[in-house]
Amino acid sequence: MKAFTTHCGIAAPLLRINIDTDAIIPSREMRRVSKKGLGEGLFASWRYVMPDSRELNPDFILNKPEYANTTVLLAGNNFGCGSSREHAVWALAEYGIRAIIAPSFGAIFYQNCMRNGILPVVLSNEAVMQLSDETLQDPQHLKLKIDLQEQKVESPHGLKFEFDIETGSKEMLLNGLDSIGVTLQHEKEISAFEQQVRKQHSWLYLQN
Amino acid sequence: MSKTLFQKIWDAHKVKQLPDGTYLVYIDRVFLHERTGSIALQSLAETGRKVRHPDQVFCTMDHIVDTFPGRGDETVMPSGKDFIQATRKEAKAAGITLFDIGDERQGIAHVISPELGIVQPGLTLVCPDSHTCTQGALGAAAWGIGSSEAEHAMATQTLRINKPKLMRVWFEGELNSSVTAKDMILHLISKFGAHGGAGHAIEFAGPAVEALSIEARMTLCNMAVEFAAFTGLVAPDQKTIDYLQGRPYAPKGEQWDTAVEYWHNLRTDEDALFDTEIKIDVADIEPTITWGTSPQHACGISQTVPELNTLASEDARTAATRALAYQDLKSGDKLLGLKIDCAFIGSCTNSRIEDLRKAAAILAGKKVATHVKAICVPGSQQVKAAAEREGLHQVFLDAGFEWRESGCSMCFYAGGEHFGKQQRVLSTSNRNFESRQGPETRTHLASPETVAASAIYGCITDPRAVPRSDR
Repeated sequence: MKAFTTHCGIAAPLLRINIDTDAIIPSREMRRVSKKGLGEGLFASWRYVMPDSRELNPDFILNKPEYANTTVLLAGNNFGCGSSREHAVWALAEYGIRAIIAPSFGAIFYQNCMRNGILPVVLSNEAVMQLSDETLQDPQHLKLKIDLQEQKVESPHGLKFEFDIETGSKEMLLNGLDSIGVTLQHEKEISAFEQQVRKQHSWLYLQN
Repeated sequence: MSKTLFQKIWDAHKVKQLPDGTYLVYIDRVFLHERTGSIALQSLAETGRKVRHPDQVFCTMDHIVDTFPGRGDETVMPSGKDFIQATRKEAKAAGITLFDIGDERQGIAHVISPELGIVQPGLTLVCPDSHTCTQGALGAAAWGIGSSEAEHAMATQTLRINKPKLMRVWFEGELNSSVTAKDMILHLISKFGAHGGAGHAIEFAGPAVEALSIEARMTLCNMAVEFAAFTGLVAPDQKTIDYLQGRPYAPKGEQWDTAVEYWHNLRTDEDALFDTEIKIDVADIEPTITWGTSPQHACGISQTVPELNTLASEDARTAATRALAYQDLKSGDKLLGLKIDCAFIGSCTNSRIEDLRKAAAILAGKKVATHVKAICVPGSQQVKAAAEREGLHQVFLDAGFEWRESGCSMCFYAGGEHFGKQQRVLSTSNRNFESRQGPETRTHLASPETVAASAIYGCITDPRAVPRSDR
């Protein structure tokens, strides 16, 4: 996993509520048995003029010159709701998104971000609006700084917001750790637990 | 100490609390499908890791596979065949159980897992599909995860998760005729918002839930994720036990007795506390239908599209404005009588035998309006076979419905199968997102009865107004 320590980047506001993973990457864009090759399908229904075409829709925010090279998304409540497809996160990562700031996230999407080096930052609706209002005056220059170690988002004009994150996930993101490897450090406890449940709930494990 | 049902399952699966406050939770069952299962298995193999307990992992072909009769590995979805064949190869290499195309047990994961008795009360089950919460209807903790989490669960038999908060949604009163579990859940989401259950494991309880069949409880739990919940579940009762008895993966003999004894204790203690409680009188619910592009955009079928100033927040008004433009509707429009182009009965929400029976009771002896394209996709091969034994397929076919093979693809436009551009689809599925059932499709969610009634008249129709036959 790509580590996340601090990041300073261009932020684009996509402030609608309930932006779902179908919108982030439509089903038709998941073409290969792979976590790669998905960036082009990001927001395909909004980003291109026709489904399956690659002609850019000039009205979509990420296609506007002032939002070129966006790496941070500012979003509304419940971002990433809907389908569990991790392709949504793989597509965002491949496009170059490093952090998403929203008042709340779809639960599965939030975990998927954590496992793929994208930092999901939960801030109040008001904070997201303030960051958006400030950056949209000159997106290419008014970049947001996100410091994971300090758990802070800062704007060039001095807005400062702290955010929460579980320390385990923070550690994994900071060091780019593989979560399976980290969990397997508890292998002994898992095995001991397993022997006990297989005895207690034996009916669950005898059927195959 | 008094405990809720979820707390009891949680305590029985808690391997340990980690220093950051999250938990390592033991996972009893992993269910995969060909779209993300192929990637998860492949990725696991690439890192040199093995599936820890292959006998606890199951996989089906449901997402991409065609629903056309006579299907094989070829699908309408470009490159769909690659997913199917990769899944078959990886499943075999990993030694997990695969319900392949052509297997009489094949079907939508959340339909076949209960049907085969793979999900059971009190266990933990995860699947890289958001509607895994459907299976909570059997009294299990079942929830959707991503592909990386699926790899984690297969490699370690655990997940690292935060303990969700606990909510109880108490449904009391008696359902009116033609009002179903689907209407109950749409009503709940429209009342409290698509974000209303965020961060919570929700126990659906109360006399109106106890009165539901096991299949109807699955419909109720299925859409917990559309309420942003971590999962939804219903305490097991005698109906649950009767449902499971004799199913292929259910315990047998002495094991069955031990299991049943354990299941009897899986209920919320009387004075146990929830973080949030919601109470709803189901007598207030009428057949419910969505008008916009989120499941929260729903109202009773006799109502009109709401005025925007009645919505709670600026955000909700902005979203509704966009949704109405997309759906080609406006505030004050009547839903009843709105012309539809397509009718869809299927999906992990409403494709079980009871759903098909309810729709067929309305369709029997009638014809779908000539301008309506109508499709029925049974949720599993076993549901399809059962329907055919009962002659239900003939009712659907005589009415003018297409009768398909089991799978998910018509529900979410898996790259190939879809309803046409800007077509208005009345659908028993769970999501009415933009372009969910094809480019620019306008999906309205409803119960199987409402869809069947509307298919006949070619416009949104109140199922209470349609005479039905017992055949």
